[in-house]
Amino acid sequence: MLKQGLKPLRHGAVLSMAALAVLAAACTPGSDGDKPAAKAPSSVNTDIAKAGDVTLTVWDQEVRGGQNEQMERLNKAFQDKYPNVKIKRVSRSFNDLQKTLRLALSGDSPPDVVEANQGHGAMAQFVKAGMLLPLDNYDQVYGWKKRYPKGLTDLNSVSPDGKKIGTGGLYGVSINGEIVGIYYNKDKLSGLGVQPPKTWADFERALATAKGKGETPIAFGNLDKFPAIHNFGVIQDQLAPKDAVRRLVYGQGGSWTDGPNVQAAQKLSDWVKAGYFTKDANGVKYDDSPVNFSKGEGVFLIGGTWFAADLYKSMGDKVGFMLPPPAQAGGQPTTMGGESLPWSITAKSKHPDVAAAYINFISSPEAMDVSVETGNLPALAAPTKKPQGPVFTDIFGAWDVLSRNDGITPYLDYATPDFADALGGPLQELIAGRTSPRQAMDKAQQNYATFLRK
Amino acid sequence: MTLAARPKAATTAERRERARGRGGRGAGRPPGEPRRIGWLYALPALLVYAAFLIWPLLHGAYFSLFEWDGLSPGTWTGLSNYSKALSDPTLRGAFLHALVLVVFYAVVPCCIAFVLVAAMSRSKIRGLTFFRTVLFLPQVVAMVAVAVAWQWIYSPGGPINDVLRWLHGLGLPDWSRGWLGDFTWALPAVGLIGTWVQIGLAMVLFMAGVQKIPRELYEAARIDGAGPVREFLAVTLPGLRRELAVALTLTTIAAMRNFDLIYLATSGGPGDATKVPAYEVYNRTFNTGEVGLASAIGIIIAVLIFTFTVLIGRFVEGRDR
Repeated sequence: MLKQGLKPLRHGAVLSMAALAVLAAACTPGSDGDKPAAKAPSSVNTDIAKAGDVTLTVWDQEVRGGQNEQMERLNKAFQDKYPNVKIKRVSRSFNDLQKTLRLALSGDSPPDVVEANQGHGAMAQFVKAGMLLPLDNYDQVYGWKKRYPKGLTDLNSVSPDGKKIGTGGLYGVSINGEIVGIYYNKDKLSGLGVQPPKTWADFERALATAKGKGETPIAFGNLDKFPAIHNFGVIQDQLAPKDAVRRLVYGQGGSWTDGPNVQAAQKLSDWVKAGYFTKDANGVKYDDSPVNFSKGEGVFLIGGTWFAADLYKSMGDKVGFMLPPPAQAGGQPTTMGGESLPWSITAKSKHPDVAAAYINFISSPEAMDVSVETGNLPALAAPTKKPQGPVFTDIFGAWDVLSRNDGITPYLDYATPDFADALGGPLQELIAGRTSPRQAMDKAQQNYATFLRK
Repeated sequence: MTLAARPKAATTAERRERARGRGGRGAGRPPGEPRRIGWLYALPALLVYAAFLIWPLLHGAYFSLFEWDGLSPGTWTGLSNYSKALSDPTLRGAFLHALVLVVFYAVVPCCIAFVLVAAMSRSKIRGLTFFRTVLFLPQVVAMVAVAVAWQWIYSPGGPINDVLRWLHGLGLPDWSRGWLGDFTWALPAVGLIGTWVQIGLAMVLFMAGVQKIPRELYEAARIDGAGPVREFLAVTLPGLRRELAVALTLTTIAAMRNFDLIYLATSGGPGDATKVPAYEVYNRTFNTGEVGLASAIGIIIAVLIFTFTVLIGRFVEGRDR
């Protein structure tokens, strides 16, 4: 009898022990975050040589060829200048870094300097949780905001409560630039008897001509869901004022169902119906589109400057790059783009002054020369170096134009943490002809409004 | 003796034996062995199990009661994450997709594997080991490679569409399309990749099972004049119940926790057409910072898997209770 009674009792004991254990560990998850206090500018130590022996742990995602080389050279130069500083570099792919960073930052001894991505998915959340050091007082010493155009420092700014991006304190500095533009196949264009378009109307005429002569006007792969955002964004930038786009992405006003945005979706849908894109683009991988383009499919390719190195390798002088042409010839072009991941200082870093000096070093004019030498697009004009290869010359020229007239709009997927999905999905449906432009924008707006309400 | 009687008798005998075993626990335990010391032997494994499985599970269940972004302090919300997981149309759709995938991952492969095994068990095939290995290979290949290869196979310029276009040339309608980017076909297309992967596992299990079915049963069946279908239904199928249960359990679990294939092949697209719960666990944890909701989804997946396992055990293997 006793034995039989023991069994349920034992179950009960196990359960209550488990419950106890849960309660013991059950201080609210993530409850130990205090807002970091910034140092007064007067107490910032810029004399790093006198900082004593310091090991600076740096987490970056610069694993690809040219970028890796850039960081290795900059790190070496910094350590040569300050032999008392040792840089411990941890390099991971973009995705790996994004996933591991959360855990690392919430731990007790996070790295000193990290590349935290812009937008609501990463930087804004880290700021909200008090894991990144505001850099404004370091900026008063080093003058980063004077060094960079406002559009670029805004990208790395977040309001202290983490609710708004593109405004508030500075939380990082980027060193390379990137923009979405239009690549073109020079041979195909001359075969069609078409000059590189100077106006948006020229561009649309060129698309019609290409279609008429049996070419695929624009190589496009949208299996990965997000790529249509680039095409949509380029069209949107020609229909909506850049400030409206910025406000919209930064959550400072406007709606995705506003006239110009719906028109942009309409235009995208029109282009699909006119056969201007690769057939069945929703079934083609994003990474395959530059490959197909280099093999001769498509007269144009709408894509980021990150394609340039590969395209130059396979097409050489045959590939050109241009900004989306403005409405009037000679007008000011606008396109989406931005800068590489920002370098930020963690709130719990034991050597914030050294970290700030490091960030200042890798974003200095000399560092911009290193960026060019290693085949990257520096965020600021390099003082002495010029790039090799015509497509890179095109890109540098384009970046220069945009920087001078402040023509860069932020990536649309910064708008909410999962906007790549929330806008990319509806755009896929639009491209498949399953929704109207208005419905697609309604869906995006739903996600956006829900996020803003939080 | 009728054909069906033999296996049935065996099962009854088995049951009786099991029943005896259960009754024996209290009374007729092996002599000289106090039962409690058994726990000591199991203790190291239990500790590891508790630390790495039970504890995280409880932790996850606990997180699921919070609204938490993974970084800043969470707020207690009780069961609202669960109601959200079940009421949000995207998430409900994801669970529906998972059920469709169960058909493709578990039901279809087991059926195909049965056909293959029936064929192989009836006639002697030269190079059987070779075929077995080839059919098992998809199980061994890393999911990343599988996803990339099938993306190419399904792509508008891939081999499937080449064949379809060739058929179109012969006068059939044009069926070619970008399969993974097609709202109607993306989910079945992903499901078929799963079918391809799981056939090998089911087949190897069944092959092993067939070998332990006594030869005399087949001989008896043939003497009684059973054809291949009858023979399969009367001898092979009943003899493979346990293997079927194991295969269905493993493949159903694979379907329910399917993340890598979706992540790599379609990112849940086009639109939301191939979103599955496991993908949403990842998405909500790392992209949207809804760790509590993600934990709730994870717990629901665990409960579903547990339910499926119990059901399969009860109905397929015929375990009573």
